Amino acid sequence: MSTPRVVLVDDHGLFRSGVRAELGRQVDVVGEADDVQPAIALIGELLPDVVLLDVHLPGGGGQAVIQAVKADHPQVRFLALSASDAPEDVIAVIRAGARGYVTKTISTAELADAVRRVAAGDAVFSHRLAGFVLDAFAATPSPDDLKPSFDPELEQLTGREREVLRLIAQGYTYKEIARELYISVKTVESHVSSVLRKLQLSTRHQLTRWAAERRLN
Amino acid sequence: MAAGVAAWRGFNVTTVRIAFVLLAVVTSGVAVALYVMAWLLVPAAGADASIGVKARSDARGIRLAVGLASLVILALLVASAVNDSWFIKWAWPQVLSVAGLVLIWRNAPAEEQATLRHLVEPLEAATGARTSHKRTAVRLTIAGLLLVGGVAWLFSVHGSIALLRPLGAIALVIAAIVLLLGPWWLRIARELVLERQARVRAEERADIAARVHDSVLQTLALIQRRADDPAKVIQLARLQERELRSWLFEGRAPNEIDADLTFAAGVRQIQQDVETRYGVPVEAVTVGDSELDDNLSALLAAAREATVNAAKWSGADVISLFAEVEPAEVSLVVRDRGQGFDPEAVPADRKGLAESIRGRMTRRGGTATVSTAPGEGTKVTLKMPGGTRPPQGGHPGGHGAGGHGGTGPPVRGGLGGPSPRGKT
Repeated sequence: MSTPRVVLVDDHGLFRSGVRAELGRQVDVVGEADDVQPAIALIGELLPDVVLLDVHLPGGGGQAVIQAVKADHPQVRFLALSASDAPEDVIAVIRAGARGYVTKTISTAELADAVRRVAAGDAVFSHRLAGFVLDAFAATPSPDDLKPSFDPELEQLTGREREVLRLIAQGYTYKEIARELYISVKTVESHVSSVLRKLQLSTRHQLTRWAAERRLN
Repeated sequence: MAAGVAAWRGFNVTTVRIAFVLLAVVTSGVAVALYVMAWLLVPAAGADASIGVKARSDARGIRLAVGLASLVILALLVASAVNDSWFIKWAWPQVLSVAGLVLIWRNAPAEEQATLRHLVEPLEAATGARTSHKRTAVRLTIAGLLLVGGVAWLFSVHGSIALLRPLGAIALVIAAIVLLLGPWWLRIARELVLERQARVRAEERADIAARVHDSVLQTLALIQRRADDPAKVIQLARLQERELRSWLFEGRAPNEIDADLTFAAGVRQIQQDVETRYGVPVEAVTVGDSELDDNLSALLAAAREATVNAAKWSGADVISLFAEVEPAEVSLVVRDRGQGFDPEAVPADRKGLAESIRGRMTRRGGTATVSTAPGEGTKVTLKMPGGTRPPQGGHPGGHGAGGHGGTGPPVRGGLGGPSPRGKT
């Protein structure tokens, strides 16, 4: 696979130049933007494979960029990057359509790997996101918790998905998970993608309420 | 006004004010009108034109004054129907006073005007100047009806209003004083409030400055001095990041006592202690939460031992801590990608694994499994069955905590209290 073309969106210039310097050899950073509107314009112009998107931007959240770009260019993929780890930010940006979420303290090698994975159409969950999802999907939802149009298949994680998430939360790489569970890496990827889909499409009130509750603590 | 007269004649301001009030009482209100006229015509200290001059160019104000004056005339006419001497005695001073006051209000300085506007808002509504204030109008109507009813009731009881006459005069004088001095009182009260707010803000600022000094600035100073030791710098940065994060996002002051320590908080405590003591990053993720009981405390103690072992012996550059609270079972996994060890080769006198981890768990009905091999890293899985209670006043789901940077340290001391580290 060719080197993925990446656009960096972050309001901290220092952070952008840091990431650019670190990722320089492994991915092709074609552009940078520091706010929602410039980002939307730049992405529309460059059509990169992956947008590394800060969750917090001065002119609105990262999800504003995703929503604006998705309408015209559904092929552009987003990887959310944040220092905040505030669950409602993470959930919001994932539900807007990001293919993954990693924290800013991630190592360079892992970040490059995550970018390649997202470029290839897979989902990337940091150990924290895995923890969030396990937490949010912990209980069987009561019918009151669901909007009328709910699809039971979407509202719960399978046992296998749960196992995969647990291992991600423990810091396992996909390769290590595959070995641990005696499945192929592709299968691990498909489990994670399936969890991502559930996360994006679930009608659980619980999901938003859960995220909001976290903020109060 | 009184101050102006005082300055002009060289009397004490208070004396002049008292004289004015006495005059107003003695002349039953005529002096009030005179006072108002003087206010209108004499320029205030520092102002280049008297209020009266400004008032002439104020059409809306004059309209309002006329409207109010006519309202007063109406009221007085009604009163005169009861006792004709009232009208003659009170009418003109009252009308002039009201009209004058309105003009003063219209042309007073902006600050004073706001206060006065607030005071006379109901009056405006009554004259129909502000039809949007329907509720005020309704309230005023009800109040008016009540007043009329009350007066009628008084008549029916006493048959005469002889008693009301002195009462009316007193009420009018009090009203005049309130109208004249009210703005000044209000301004004093307002200034007090503003001053208090400013003080609170200053205190908050000092608190934040102290916190930033104790934590961030201290750490930055330490980092500069340790620039040649990357491991130490990273450790300091992580510690500071976690402290700041817990303060900013969780409202928890560093080193503040966590009164009701939950299981998830206990995991965070392990994370923090091990990072601080051994300088190895610990990534903690917890799913769900529970009140602590003896079983879970034992689980935490075993987990702490396992984490410390990993930090001391594994050589791994990061340790993962994953805890999950489920209704039937609480599990905790401590994992590292370090050098691992051969379980068979551990000397029999090394109590750590056997006693501190396995013994603790089995005594409480739990299990501890260790999977490791040289070069393969180590994974310690601890499971404790049953009976979890969601934390009090908390949320049902628990914390998604820890991770790079992690979450809050458990707490000792108060907000703005001294830093745990010494000052440099």
